[in-house]
Amino acid sequence: MLLRSLHIPRSDFEAGTGWKLKPEGACQGDICIPLSKAAGETIDVASVAEDIGMPLAAEPEHGLWALGPASIGSRTLASAAAPDLRLPDLDGKEFSLSSLRGQKVLLYAWAPY
Amino acid sequence: MWQALRNELHPKGFELVAVGLDTLGDAGCRAFIEAAKPEHPSLIDRHHVLADLFGVINIPSSVWIDEHGMIVRPAETAPVPPHDPAARARPGTPADMPQRFVEIMAEAAKVKRDTLEYHAALRDWVEHGAASRFALSPDAVVERSRPRDSAKALGHAHFRLATQLEVDGHHAAAIRHFREAHRLVPDSWTFRRQAWSLEQFGDGPFARLIQGPTSDHPEAWPYEGDWLKDVRESGAENYYERWKP
Repeated sequence: MLLRSLHIPRSDFEAGTGWKLKPEGACQGDICIPLSKAAGETIDVASVAEDIGMPLAAEPEHGLWALGPASIGSRTLASAAAPDLRLPDLDGKEFSLSSLRGQKVLLYAWAPY
Repeated sequence: MWQALRNELHPKGFELVAVGLDTLGDAGCRAFIEAAKPEHPSLIDRHHVLADLFGVINIPSSVWIDEHGMIVRPAETAPVPPHDPAARARPGTPADMPQRFVEIMAEAAKVKRDTLEYHAALRDWVEHGAASRFALSPDAVVERSRPRDSAKALGHAHFRLATQLEVDGHHAAAIRHFREAHRLVPDSWTFRRQAWSLEQFGDGPFARLIQGPTSDHPEAWPYEGDWLKDVRESGAENYYERWKP
């Protein structure tokens, strides 16, 4: 997740990382990780990231930070449930992978280079 | 390339979602997508979220997802369908092929793909669904997904900074973070190829595929590796991991 500030609204953090910040901690699916500081409406990203084990990379000269993915269980996938992928098409129209429920899907990664 | 196969399998409840991983976005992908005239969703991924979310490390790769939204095969090499004469075609005609590209083609010819096994498995899954032996259990999917420790996760964060800096026009700063991403995630070919492909010398159909220093100014190349060097070091036959049932 890309950040232009280290203090962001809770809803932005939740949308960007997929973690819900609840009284019992940061939760995703069945997993909840306790937080060292209770999360308010504004999130101290560095503190929460450290609690969840999400790495933070900085480019302060350009006012940018990025959170890497949490590495739960030392694998890319913590569960076989497909994460909801939302990406634009050539016309800039957002497509949601979950709109294809009911069909078998082959997600195909390619590149022009 | 996949359009014919997709059309054949679509009536059986199958859909293909193509995702172009390219920080240049539309500018990089448009010509290829328009040439392929896809009837399936075709999306653009400037920041390689497919690497973060699914563990894609090389292209072409696939992830199989069932009717209930469960992954049944995590990211793995997805060879283009067999007997497709258009499969290797790229837009543009080679006017004068640079020497380096001739060498790249020679290495690329040694790359091994398990095309027949992969496509037989795909058809089996589309036909038999959960009963197919190629549809893995949820535990096997997680177990087979890419290993990722905290160092690799940090590498993904650096890659995200790099692609944003590139989009924002800060190329020199982007290179610094691409280099960190390469150091921390050494098994990702896409992280390297993306960065290399942004160092373009000249125009033409090969500009983004050379992915290495020019003979005129080798000192200007900002990365430790390049496509030709890295493929030769690892062995072209190991460029794709062998497909496992």
